[in-house]
Amino acid sequence: MEPFTRLEAVAAPLDIANVDTDRIIPARFLRLPRSAGYHNYLFHDLREAGGFVLDDPAYRSAKILVAAENFGCGSSREGAVWALAGAGLRAWIAPSFGDIFFENSFKNGALPVILPAPRVRQIRQLLAARPGTKLVIDLAAQTVALPEGSLEHFEVDPFRKECLLKGWDEIDLTLQHEAAIAAYEARQRSETPWLAKP
Amino acid sequence: MGRTLYEKIWAAHEVACGPGGRSLLYVDRHLIHDGSFHAFEALSHAGRKLRRPDLCLATPDHYVPTRDRLNIPDPQVRGKMESLLANASAGGIRHFSMDDARQGIVHVVGPEQGFTQPGVTLVCGDSHTSTHGAFGAIAFGIGASEVAQVLATQTLWARRAKTLRINVSGTLAPGIASKDLILAIIARIGAAGGAGHALEYAGSAIRALSMEARLTICNMSIEAGARCGMIAPDDTTYAYLAGRPFAPAGADWDRALSRWRELPTDADARFDREVDLEAGAIAPMVTWGTSPEDALAVSALVPEGKPDALKYMGLEPGQRLEGLAMDRVFIGSCTNSRLEDLRVVAAVVKGRKAVIPSMVVPGSGLVKKAAEAEGLDKVFREAGLEWLEPGCSMCVGMNGDLVDAGKRCASTSNRNFEGRQGKGARTHLMSPAMAAAAAVTGCITDVRKLLAP
Repeated sequence: MEPFTRLEAVAAPLDIANVDTDRIIPARFLRLPRSAGYHNYLFHDLREAGGFVLDDPAYRSAKILVAAENFGCGSSREGAVWALAGAGLRAWIAPSFGDIFFENSFKNGALPVILPAPRVRQIRQLLAARPGTKLVIDLAAQTVALPEGSLEHFEVDPFRKECLLKGWDEIDLTLQHEAAIAAYEARQRSETPWLAKP
Repeated sequence: MGRTLYEKIWAAHEVACGPGGRSLLYVDRHLIHDGSFHAFEALSHAGRKLRRPDLCLATPDHYVPTRDRLNIPDPQVRGKMESLLANASAGGIRHFSMDDARQGIVHVVGPEQGFTQPGVTLVCGDSHTSTHGAFGAIAFGIGASEVAQVLATQTLWARRAKTLRINVSGTLAPGIASKDLILAIIARIGAAGGAGHALEYAGSAIRALSMEARLTICNMSIEAGARCGMIAPDDTTYAYLAGRPFAPAGADWDRALSRWRELPTDADARFDREVDLEAGAIAPMVTWGTSPEDALAVSALVPEGKPDALKYMGLEPGQRLEGLAMDRVFIGSCTNSRLEDLRVVAAVVKGRKAVIPSMVVPGSGLVKKAAEAEGLDKVFREAGLEWLEPGCSMCVGMNGDLVDAGKRCASTSNRNFEGRQGKGARTHLMSPAMAAAAAVTGCITDVRKLLAP
C-alpha cells in the first residue's frame, strides 16, 4: 500500500449531505471487474446531470474531496472507495462518515478526515469561491492547512495512522499475532466446541 | 459496574490489544455471497490461504435471477455465480448453490440454518449484516479488504463502539409491524444518529416481537448509521434456534444455553446514550424522501426542508402521502422476506386483485417452500402478484430487477437512496402489509382500513 504522509492538493467541495455509496458508484457498475476502472463510474448518475464539481476543469486535478454530513453512508461496498481512489482522490474531509466506508478508506491508503460541521461548511464555501484552491494535509501532524494560513487539527486513530504512514498491510500485521489467534482457537474448541465446529 | 450485552461479547472475543484502543477480534461466523469475489481475488493475488473455511457459509444472493435461473443471459451475472462456486469449492467453504433449496439471502439463510447464534461475532461483506444482532450477537458489515482479512486470519482489528440503547415501551397497535417501528426509530434518531454506536433495542415492545420481527429491526440499524444493532437473547430466541441444522444439540445445547443466559445486559450497566420511544404511538410508516430517516406516518403531509430529495421524488411540500399513486410493488429483501412477512401480505391481498405490477420475492428457498406448503403462493397468484425465486432482487437491482426512471415503487426493502432500485427510481419504504395494500389499491393506503372488520 502506498504510504500516506503529506498531501498538498486541489480540493473539491461536494455540498450534499448523506451521499451514500450507491451515489458514489451505482451498484449496477459493480458487476464489472475492478480492472474496468471503477473511477470511470464515480458519481455516475450525479455527473450525468452535468455541472458536477469534479468535471469543472478547475478541480480536475483534485486529490481531496470536502463533503458534507454522513458521507459514504449505506452499503459496505468497497467499490465506493476504489472509485474515489481510482480517480486520484486520496483524502476526504467531512463532519461525519458512514462507519464502514470510513474503515474501507484506510484499507486503501486513503485518509478520511473528520472536522466540525461549521468548519467543513466554511471550507466548502472557500473552495467554491476560489476554485483550484489547494489544501495541505499532514498526517503525522494531524493537521489540515488552509491557504489563508489557518491550521485545523484532526483526530485519527493511532493504529490507522501508523498503518497509513508506513503503508502497512493489515493482514501481515495481524499474522504477527498468529500465536494468540491459535491459542484463542484452542480455547474455543474446549470451552465452546459448538462454535468451533458449525 | 455491570456490562452491556455488547461489552460482554466483545470482551469474550478479544484475541489481542493493539495501539489506540484497537482490539483484534476473533470472528466466529462469516457469511459469503456472490458479491464477495473481490476478497478472493485479493487473497489469491497475495498468495494467502483461508484460515477457517469451516466457519464460513456461502450462498449467492445479490446477482441471482429471480425468474429463469437456467438461462442467465448476462455473462457477467453468470460469472458471479460461477466464481462464488469456484472460490467456495477451492477454499473448502460450504456453499448453497442456486439449485439448493437452502439458497437465499445470506441474512435470511444464516438465522434459518441456526448458523447465527447468541454471543457470536458474525461478519459479512454486506452492510445489512446487522440483521443477525437479533440473536444477541455482534454482527456487522465489512468491506472487501476486511473480508479478505477475515478469510486469511479469522480476525479483525476493530475499535469498541459507543453504546446506545433504544427503549421501546408499550405495545405496538394492531396492524403495526416491526418495520413501522424501525422506520420510526430511524426518523427519530436520524440516518447518522447511530454512527459510531452499537445499538441495543430493549423494552416491552421489543421483547414481545417474534424472531423474524426482531431481524427486521436489527437489519435496519445500519440505516440509522450504526454498524451493528442487537437484541438480548431470550426464550423466543432459544425456541427459534432449537433443532436448526447448525444449532448446537444434545449436551452442547445445554452448555450453550447456560452461556447464552448470561449474555443479557446487566441491570446496572451503563450506556453512552439512551433513547426512549412509546410503541403505542406508532402508526404505519412510509418514506417520502431519499434517506430512510425521511419516514412519516401514512397520514402525514410531505414536509419542507429537503428540496433536492423532493425534486428527485417528484413531490411538493404539503402533499398528502396517503393516496399517492404507485407504479409497482416490491415485497422482499433481507428486511422483509420471511414467512411471517409473506403471511401478512397474503392476509391483505386475499380475495383482492393487484392493480399495479407487484413482485413477491421470498428470502430463501426454504421460505419459498414453507410459504407454498401453506398455500400462500396460490393466494399471491390469484391476487395477480408475481411469485419469484429467492434473492436480493429489486432491493438493490444488481440482478437486473429494476424500477424504471421516474416510477414509484412501494418497497419493503431498506434503502430509498437515489438510484438504489434503478436510475431515477422513486422508492417508498414501508411494511409488507402496507406494500400489499399499495398493490391492491395502486396507491399509498393505510392498511388498517383494508383490515378493518
